[in-house]
Amino acid sequence: MANVTIIGGGVAGMAAAGVLTKRGHEVTLMERDSKLGGHVGKWYKVFPDITDASEIVDELKGDLNGVKIKTNADVKEIEKSGKKFKVNGTSADAVLIAAGFEPFDATLKEEYGYGIYDNVVTSLELDEMLKTGKLKTKDGKTPKSVGLVHCVGSRDEKVNNNYCSRVCCTNVIKSGIEIKEHYPGTDVFCFYMDVRAYGRGYEELYRKSQEECGVTFIRSRLSEANENADKTLLLRVEDTLAGKPMKINVDLLVLMVGMCPSVNAGSLKNSIGLETGDDRFFKTKNKHSANNESNIPGVFYAGATTGPKSIVESITDGRAAAAEIHSYLS
Amino acid sequence: MTIDVSKWPFGVNQDNQVDFDEADKSLAMAVKAKDPTLKLCMGCGTCSAGCTAGALTDFNIRQMFLLLNRGRNDEVAEKINNCMLCGKCILGCPRGVNTRNVILTIREVLEK
Repeated sequence: MANVTIIGGGVAGMAAAGVLTKRGHEVTLMERDSKLGGHVGKWYKVFPDITDASEIVDELKGDLNGVKIKTNADVKEIEKSGKKFKVNGTSADAVLIAAGFEPFDATLKEEYGYGIYDNVVTSLELDEMLKTGKLKTKDGKTPKSVGLVHCVGSRDEKVNNNYCSRVCCTNVIKSGIEIKEHYPGTDVFCFYMDVRAYGRGYEELYRKSQEECGVTFIRSRLSEANENADKTLLLRVEDTLAGKPMKINVDLLVLMVGMCPSVNAGSLKNSIGLETGDDRFFKTKNKHSANNESNIPGVFYAGATTGPKSIVESITDGRAAAAEIHSYLS
Repeated sequence: MTIDVSKWPFGVNQDNQVDFDEADKSLAMAVKAKDPTLKLCMGCGTCSAGCTAGALTDFNIRQMFLLLNRGRNDEVAEKINNCMLCGKCILGCPRGVNTRNVILTIREVLEK
């Protein structure tokens, strides 16, 4: 029986732990937070079927019988001697890094006014507002109009993130539907360069948002936001389909923040000489056929630690990594 | 008091920005109420690429729908009759917008 340590108790780490323990391995799951679930554990409804995120986490937790769970365990480095590893004092024959991502820090896009203007929030704060049933501007009013901005911190050389965060487009669509369903009197405007709704059921959701919910999509990229005296926001975009600059006022502006590598990715990498790509996410041995393996035998990756992923992709990736680890150990 | 800028001794450019708050969305809303398939337009341009009228004139059906959505109704009214109603656009639309009927609906609403 071999020991496997998993770094990260989000959906990818939990999914991997569930498979590995069923295959008879001694699994230690380390989570930096006080409870399992990662980002998904904090969210409200998720696409494409707009289910409760907590249901997904609960289901994955159900598979963790026999897994040694260590919460409040922030892992910054891995030690290696021979074929053995040590993670926060626990020895292991194989290590799975499922360290996930950090949401993009929206204050870096200063021209959008996050942290400066009253009614500019991030997608995470919008989710919290919808969860608590309080979609409100700072002065407590239900917004008559909401602007949703795609690609905040993604596809943007100015913040050193050239990559696409992949899930924000569908998150915009889902959020638009949720807003229109709960607040039918509120107008929703989405500012997109292109809609990358790539997964099964995502395009259908995009259609639904337009056909049934009346969400307005304006092909553009937000240039700047300015706060009016009444705390609403004046947005300047180019309506690129019309080829004309456009101004529009909204009561609430939501920045759909992208995914950045885990804050611990750098120190984990340096501790045993792992490799990262230009995007600073962990680099896998082969992008096609060895997408869970690192450059060090015995160290594996799963989930958003190797780049932005949706929930279903992270879970699938976690289970794929578990299969790779099982083969490695047998 | 309205200022008559044409009397000024120098030129004043009109604001080129689209003010989306002020845009008159009533025509678009009336058309969408009569033909809801228009809500599904994603501006891909399949319709205008194959358009018989568009091949010979500057009529652009995709742009027509966009102008409508942006409340540029005068431009819509000016161009809408260039469509020959051949219906080729319907064959290509990947979103199932009943394009020919939308054109007819725009004309109908404009006439009222």
